[in-house]
Amino acid sequence: MLLALFLALGGTMFLQQAYTPKLGLDLAGGTTVTLSPVTQNNAAPPEEILDRAVNIIRDRVNGTGISDAEVAKSGDNIIISIPGVGQNEAIKLVATTAELRFRQVLAMEATQAPADLATNAPTPSASPSGGKSDEPSASDPAKPKASEPVRPPASPSAGAPQPSTSPTGKALSSALVAPTPSTSAEPSATQSPKGQDKRGTKDGKSTPAPSDEPSQPPAEDPNATGINTEGIDPGVLAQFKKLNCADPANRGQGVQDDPNKQYAGCESDGSFKYVLDVAKVVGTDIDTASAGVRQGTTEWVVQLDFKSKGAGEWSKLTTAAYNSQEPRNKVAVVLDGVVITAPNIIGPIPGGRAEITGGFDQASATTLADQLKYGALPLKFNRSSVDTVSSTLGQDQLQGGLIAGLIGLALVVVYCLLYYRGLGIVAVLSLVVATVITYTSVVVLGHNAGFRLSLPHIIGLVVSIGITADSFIVYFERIRDEMKEGRRSLRSAVEVAWVRARRTILIADAVMFIAAIVLYFLAVGGVAGFAFAMGLTTLIDIVVVFLFTKPFIALLARVKFFAKGHPLSGLDAERMSEVGSTGRTTTPQEA
Amino acid sequence: MGLGRRLYRGEIDVDFVGKWRLWYSLSGLLLAVSLAGLLINGLNLGVEFKGGTIFSFKSSQASVEQVRESVLDQGVHQVIVQQAGTGGWRATTESLPEDTRAQVQSEISKDFGVPLDQVSIQAIGPSWGGEVSEKAWIGLGVFMLAIILYLSMAFEPKMALAAIVALIHDLVITAGIYAWSGFEVTPATLLGFLTILGYSLYDAVVVFDMIKEVTAKLGHTSKQTYSMAANNALNHTLIRSLNTSLVAILPVAAILFIGTTVLGAGTLKDLSLSLFVGMIVGTYSSLCVATPLLVTLKEREPKYQAIAKRLASTGGGAKGAKNSKKAAAAKG
Repeated sequence: MLLALFLALGGTMFLQQAYTPKLGLDLAGGTTVTLSPVTQNNAAPPEEILDRAVNIIRDRVNGTGISDAEVAKSGDNIIISIPGVGQNEAIKLVATTAELRFRQVLAMEATQAPADLATNAPTPSASPSGGKSDEPSASDPAKPKASEPVRPPASPSAGAPQPSTSPTGKALSSALVAPTPSTSAEPSATQSPKGQDKRGTKDGKSTPAPSDEPSQPPAEDPNATGINTEGIDPGVLAQFKKLNCADPANRGQGVQDDPNKQYAGCESDGSFKYVLDVAKVVGTDIDTASAGVRQGTTEWVVQLDFKSKGAGEWSKLTTAAYNSQEPRNKVAVVLDGVVITAPNIIGPIPGGRAEITGGFDQASATTLADQLKYGALPLKFNRSSVDTVSSTLGQDQLQGGLIAGLIGLALVVVYCLLYYRGLGIVAVLSLVVATVITYTSVVVLGHNAGFRLSLPHIIGLVVSIGITADSFIVYFERIRDEMKEGRRSLRSAVEVAWVRARRTILIADAVMFIAAIVLYFLAVGGVAGFAFAMGLTTLIDIVVVFLFTKPFIALLARVKFFAKGHPLSGLDAERMSEVGSTGRTTTPQEA
Repeated sequence: MGLGRRLYRGEIDVDFVGKWRLWYSLSGLLLAVSLAGLLINGLNLGVEFKGGTIFSFKSSQASVEQVRESVLDQGVHQVIVQQAGTGGWRATTESLPEDTRAQVQSEISKDFGVPLDQVSIQAIGPSWGGEVSEKAWIGLGVFMLAIILYLSMAFEPKMALAAIVALIHDLVITAGIYAWSGFEVTPATLLGFLTILGYSLYDAVVVFDMIKEVTAKLGHTSKQTYSMAANNALNHTLIRSLNTSLVAILPVAAILFIGTTVLGAGTLKDLSLSLFVGMIVGTYSSLCVATPLLVTLKEREPKYQAIAKRLASTGGGAKGAKNSKKAAAAKG
């Protein structure tokens, strides 16, 4: 049987030409991200939702082209393992929720910008010229997520964007008009409106002297009084008034927006706050998304194709906005509760296509497109730990673990030989067999079940040397007991002792195994790996003791060297203090 | 004959059970000291529990001051710099946003001539530690229940109780040692704590198995009380217990040695340290706490009280376990 096991494991290794275990990232180098779901009251999220999140994250990771990355569930957490380091973009991509919603703007107000905000985002975009958003942003913008208008995907010329001229029905509005002008309450001067500002800067046509900006009173936007509160839920309005978009906490991860309710939210850079209508079009209405450069420009955009239902809703939404007064002629694109852009709608957009601009660069456009394409995560996640291990550190740890393992093994071997003499050889051979089985199991599991050897595994394996050795010790001591009674030959002692030792070994191993299982299913992080190693070695221990140690000793019992109790066999009469010699003769069996 | 030789030949006869007062007071004292340590000092929780960022890299030309400055320059408020093994460095800071992490990483890379991808970063969110410890508590609870059930079935409820008490004893004392020594507690330490559970029980199981076998034969005519029989069983498995513990501790000591000298701070050291401490405590408790406790529980049973009474009146080994040798010799 043991031979069969060997052949099976060895054969698999040979067939697969796999002789070394797959290493985990803490040994091979790489990044491990642990995502913890954020739920109300910390309740555990339903299994199926977690599974869905795992699948979406897996799609996203694969979409980035990183090879060999792994996404796995561990308790309520999701663990993403990415080989190599420096994948920060990818980590950001996979972990954000990416809940996209299109909401009509009901009211908006510039934030009282703190000084620093004002200085870097200040442009008097007031001039309608800024509105020439079509402008290809000659100077590539850093990566401001300004509220650039949604533009007709195929807008004909970079220069003069007439919505009417957009050739295909799929064009969507471009918000050429600066948000400000029409509202009386909002003096164009105050336009700190970020969106345009950015655009202005980009265009290079604005006169962005930052220093001017603070002097302007954009902060106290008078239009607070000018808000048309009609149709706005008073609760949301109150939130809107309180909302401080200068505080990054209000526009980071963790902001929640309910698609079925009106919502008060911030622009991603904090420059504006909005009251938004219920979401008429949501992420799931999107059929596919891609990143691309807008025709005739160098500007990165995200292109969306809606599903047929979504296309209808989109058309309705844009029509409604088109027929409304400033600022309700804007549609906000809300991602994870944060407004990434809120362009004016200059005409209804039928046809089911849209394009989001927002000062993207290639990376951010691709990221957003991927997020939208693979769908939003059904849960919000916290990156509760991000662990990047360089390959050298990993090697050091691997080496350290292996050296420790060898030293440990050697110490145990020396001890067994000194103490048990001839029997010690049996113990050592058994340990060797156990080690070989463990190694081949790890290799085979690595290549067939995605098992990766990590540091906790190695520690678990090394620590388990003790457990394995203990089984031999229990058995040996029992044999010696039987021998001490002096009424048995070695051959019968081996058998009688086995019956008793077997029970002890099984019960003790069962306790270890229970420990391993409980740890495996309830623990987080490395604990599970450690528990797995412990469980594996406990099983291997049983296999080795039953299939190797016991038969081997039975065989040795027929050999004269042992049967006659040679002084070096570990079973000699003198050492056993057999009956007749002085001292205690009681054994528990006689009690 | 030397102690080692007597041990080897199974001729040792220590009265573990009879000295229960000594063990109970010793353990009581240890527990009190441990609890005091936990209350007064508390545990020195690692960054994994508080949230923070750890940068590790190797450089032969750095000094603690240089590393500190290099990190603090990036707008970091707190940093603890440790040397980890030969040429290894570990800088632990408060929780840093992603951008700052990248800045520190590139600054370290620049200042110490380490390639960027050789600077390891470990970032732990503030809620992570809470989750780890919550899971650990749940794991502990479930494990204890499972063990109580299993041991009650395999042995008997009183043995399960004695084993669990010994286990809690081990955990509290190990935690106490951590509190007083100020060793850092990390998730790896917790992992070690949880593993101690398995070991502590493993040893107790072997001893109890022998006790069960021996005491099963006790009846109306037996010449041994439960205590005597138990003590006998304990002595009988003593060699095995010591051998097992030694064999288990040897590899752990090896890991501890390597983890401390070669690698410095890290998972290896944290885990093996708690295992090392826990195993020593565990060996003591399986001999001197679990079994005496079991005996205390069992001697209250009418059946064994009757035996004790009978033996006391006949004087055949009356004074409890201490006389087990005589009693046994008389028989043998």
